[in-house]
Amino acid sequence: MGITFSDITSSAPLVSLVLFSFLTLIVESWGKDKPVLSYWVSLLGVGVSLALSFGHLGAGIPVFGGMLLQGGFAGYCNLIFLSSAFLTILLSRGYLERMECHRGEFYILILFSTVGMMLMAGALNLITVFLGIELMSVSLYVLAGFMRKKVRSNESALKYFLLGAFATGFLLYGIALIYGTSGTTDLVAISKLFPQLSHNPIFLVGCGLLVVAFSFKIAAVPFHMWAPDVYEGAPTTVSGFMSTGAKAAAFATFLLVFVRVFDIAGTSLSQVIAVIAAASMIVGNVTAVAQTNVKRMLAYSSIAHAGYMLSGIAAANVEGETGILFYLLAYTFVNVGAFGIVSIMERQDDKKLNFEDYEGLSARRPALAVLMTIFMFSLAGIPPFAGFFGKYYVFLAAVKANLTWLAILGVLTSLISVYYYLRLVVLMYFREGDADLDHSVPRRSMIALAIAAISIVVLGLYPSLIVDLTRSFFKI
Amino acid sequence: MFSYTPLIVLFPLLGFLVLGLFGSRIKNEKLLGILGSGTVGLSFLVAVTLFVQMLGMHPEERKHVVDLFTWISAFTGTSSSLSVSVAYQVDQLSILMTLIVTGVGFLIHVYSIGYMHGDPGFWRFFAYLNLFIFAMLNLVLADNFVLMFLGWEGVGLCSYLLIGFWHDRKFEVGGYKPGTSTTSDAAKKAFIVNRIGDFGFLLAMFLIFVNFGSLNFDAVFGRASVVSEGNSAMVWIGLLLFLGATGKSAQIPLFVWLPDAMAGPTPVSALIHAATMVTAGVYMVARCSVLYALAPTALHVMAIVGALTAIMAATIALVQNDIKKVLAYSTVSQLGYMFLAMGVAAFSAGIFHVLTHAFFKALLFLGSGAVIHAMHDEQDIQKMGGLKHQLPTTYKTFLIGAIAIAGIPPFAGFFSKDEILWRAFSSEYGSIGLWAIGVIGAALTAFYMFRLVSLTFEGEKRYGQDLHPHEAPKTMTIPLIILAVLSIVGGFVGIPASLFGGNSIEQWLEPIFAPAYEKLRMEPHPVEITEYLLMLLSVCVAGAGIYCARVVYLRRSKLADSWKAKYPGTYRFLFNKYYVDEMYDTVIVAPTVKVSEGFLWKGIDVKVIDGIVNGSAKLVGMLADVIRRVQTGIAQQYATIFVGGILLLLIWLIVQ
Repeated sequence: MGITFSDITSSAPLVSLVLFSFLTLIVESWGKDKPVLSYWVSLLGVGVSLALSFGHLGAGIPVFGGMLLQGGFAGYCNLIFLSSAFLTILLSRGYLERMECHRGEFYILILFSTVGMMLMAGALNLITVFLGIELMSVSLYVLAGFMRKKVRSNESALKYFLLGAFATGFLLYGIALIYGTSGTTDLVAISKLFPQLSHNPIFLVGCGLLVVAFSFKIAAVPFHMWAPDVYEGAPTTVSGFMSTGAKAAAFATFLLVFVRVFDIAGTSLSQVIAVIAAASMIVGNVTAVAQTNVKRMLAYSSIAHAGYMLSGIAAANVEGETGILFYLLAYTFVNVGAFGIVSIMERQDDKKLNFEDYEGLSARRPALAVLMTIFMFSLAGIPPFAGFFGKYYVFLAAVKANLTWLAILGVLTSLISVYYYLRLVVLMYFREGDADLDHSVPRRSMIALAIAAISIVVLGLYPSLIVDLTRSFFKI
Repeated sequence: MFSYTPLIVLFPLLGFLVLGLFGSRIKNEKLLGILGSGTVGLSFLVAVTLFVQMLGMHPEERKHVVDLFTWISAFTGTSSSLSVSVAYQVDQLSILMTLIVTGVGFLIHVYSIGYMHGDPGFWRFFAYLNLFIFAMLNLVLADNFVLMFLGWEGVGLCSYLLIGFWHDRKFEVGGYKPGTSTTSDAAKKAFIVNRIGDFGFLLAMFLIFVNFGSLNFDAVFGRASVVSEGNSAMVWIGLLLFLGATGKSAQIPLFVWLPDAMAGPTPVSALIHAATMVTAGVYMVARCSVLYALAPTALHVMAIVGALTAIMAATIALVQNDIKKVLAYSTVSQLGYMFLAMGVAAFSAGIFHVLTHAFFKALLFLGSGAVIHAMHDEQDIQKMGGLKHQLPTTYKTFLIGAIAIAGIPPFAGFFSKDEILWRAFSSEYGSIGLWAIGVIGAALTAFYMFRLVSLTFEGEKRYGQDLHPHEAPKTMTIPLIILAVLSIVGGFVGIPASLFGGNSIEQWLEPIFAPAYEKLRMEPHPVEITEYLLMLLSVCVAGAGIYCARVVYLRRSKLADSWKAKYPGTYRFLFNKYYVDEMYDTVIVAPTVKVSEGFLWKGIDVKVIDGIVNGSAKLVGMLADVIRRVQTGIAQQYATIFVGGILLLLIWLIVQ
């Protein structure tokens, strides 16, 4: 079980990001009061890892004695996490400077949590799952409370930590029960025993607790209660990062464990997940309608999107998997972008976060209004933006898995969502108002938003770019 | 060499992007003009090179598909999955159409530099024209129905944009009360009427996908060869595609938009509404000849509709006074001939007429543009006359165009029209009746064209003293001269065997239509004495038409007025275009508006739909209020709900 040189080269994106996180840590501890240096080092680290990931999209290989899967599925998921981290870093610098809490630790924590996500997407062992989730979550708890002088931010961090710790308890208990019934934590080994174990109630309870822990991380109903409060209180760009990178990582593990390794198609686990999906779509969309704060609206919207994507997991077929993988990439660009614009609009002390603060934005900030419109259209699933194809593929998967009712519910609840997404567009374009900025938007933020918007359009026009790639990952 | 094909499409797209994005900032008309026409010129050069290479190839090697990328790929869940590529197919038919589109298109672009001089929308005009060429090339070069449809819709959009180019100008649109309509209404009319045809095209595509499991030309036509005869789906596909063609190519019953499309600038009428876009329907039918071979019924319908359109439009053209309207009805009539050819399974004759018609009709339109330009936007031929002295080049070229369309040998129109008439007579799918209608139409064509020439260029001048018409600038006359030369020699590519020619165009296109001919069991005809007789007859008929027109409008100018007085009913019937617009207005438009307003809007929309929408919105709002109350912000309560969720989940799992 020794570590070989090929283990290192096969996991080059992961290893390089770990090295860069340490480098940032060192740079930060030596160059006090120069967070800009950490900004550049972390940006470079994510960039290098991103570039390396493009070379790791081929067949997946188990490394480190079968603890970790690298390449293929994991390589693709790394692209999602790293894109999210890259755009978040670009957007955060200006935001943190304006909020007067620009410190280098921010970037270190982003890198650490990204490493955690990458471990989750490649986990072939329940221990690796746990390790990844904790590395990601602990970093995020701190990031949520990063504005330590702000009460809301502290509240957000504390709530996230308390409930997160609660969920971790169930995760560990679930792992213990699975280990108890199967005698191993190796996922591939468990998958071979799955047919006979799936009638063992204790094993099922273990799996159920895993579903609970993952549902907590993706903010699915009824384990979603933390999300609106945490997203609202956390620094806005962190909320964007949590709702994309962290959610994508949790979905990657969810897929890995329940679709790729265990075959839950047609089992009671699939039914349970379908019910959670349905509840998330309904609660997320209906509650979002009543929100007055844009950040909270985006939080509920993110619960609803978790519901849409879960229908792909409940379907547990090739369309579901490719659909979710496409969806996650599209959703990452959209939501980082949307939260990015909210962060640009936001002022000190949680000002300018309400819907009415966007009235008439198009007259003074046409570029921001256009970008926000693209993001909202994509969230609402209007073609030709990428969000449409994401929904199309997961609902198609549901129909193919005889979960037609879930697909119908998904379409109906999407209909509700059009109301609150387009409300923002209407306010920006058709209302007289004095929405404006009192600061200039840094060029790097505009670049990040442009990358997000262009990606959404390109993915919407050529979904086959990604779909053909992800279809080749199906099954290890 | 084939790999350069995408360049043909790319250049006009680049032109459109550059002109569209930066055109408003470029103040120099010369630069804009060079940019706009240069891109099309480059495409033409690539197409010519390609064509020359193809000439040297073995006929089987002349077909090539360049697949750029997968555009739409959908796993539909059934055995047949939809995969559509952006792929361009070069073969004998599409290269011919590409040459017409880019060649004639280039000349018209150059002409526009002079015609649009000083217009504030100069850059916009060229941007739209480039976009049009891009869309039209997608239409003719597509290797599947979906990309073709993209081009089909694209040219429709450009047509709309260009008809309404001077959007607030007054323009009399058929079906509107006099004095109430503008060019925008003409544009809307064109768009909406075309929509009906497009709907047919779409339905046909659905049927094709259902029956053949693909929308790719090669796949569909390949699988069509094993379809048994008498399959009624094939008839529906044929008829629905033809419905699409009647929209774009202005045939009965959807021809009403084309005369009103003359609201656009004259180069647009020449390019879009005469030479290229309106022939898209003919091209589409030719492309689908194999499908039509499976549905002879659809062919019969097409032949009859084509013949009727040809003669109906020709009679209307007899009495119109707007120089462009005469040409517009003439276009409708000539398109009718093309569909007559298609309907009697003379596919290559139809395409041949597309080619020659592109030359002489573009020439005639551009000539009329030069006249309108000289007369300061006057279009009424009753207020012209004697212009041949002031506009010598325009007159000579216009005359050549008129002779060509009238069908006098050896001008281009003679060969193509005579080929169509002969096939209408001799083909297994033709008949004497169709032929007779065609011949009468030919006589009428010669008559109305020379009425136009006589009233515009000859006789007494009838315009005001303050008007001093002068010849157009070189950028306008050079394209006229080139098109005039082409109108003279253009027919030589199709000299029939009976006149000791090789009919090279028919041979060139033979591989495209061979599968259809085989299905239809058509045999090549030996030369017959009848062919010479009919040829002679049609030349005499054309000559008679020209002679009569000159007598009536030059020597005995009272005659026309006395006929008008003698048969007022007939005259008004023709002048008002058979009252088709009025009929559509009474039977379709007015009732639709009434039902929409009274029932659909005030009844269904306001009461039922708004009721449901507002009701469900209220329901969602109430539900949201309830759920929001659960979100108290107290972490302990959150944890409680969390545990409740776990319990429910575990119970479900264990009980199952």
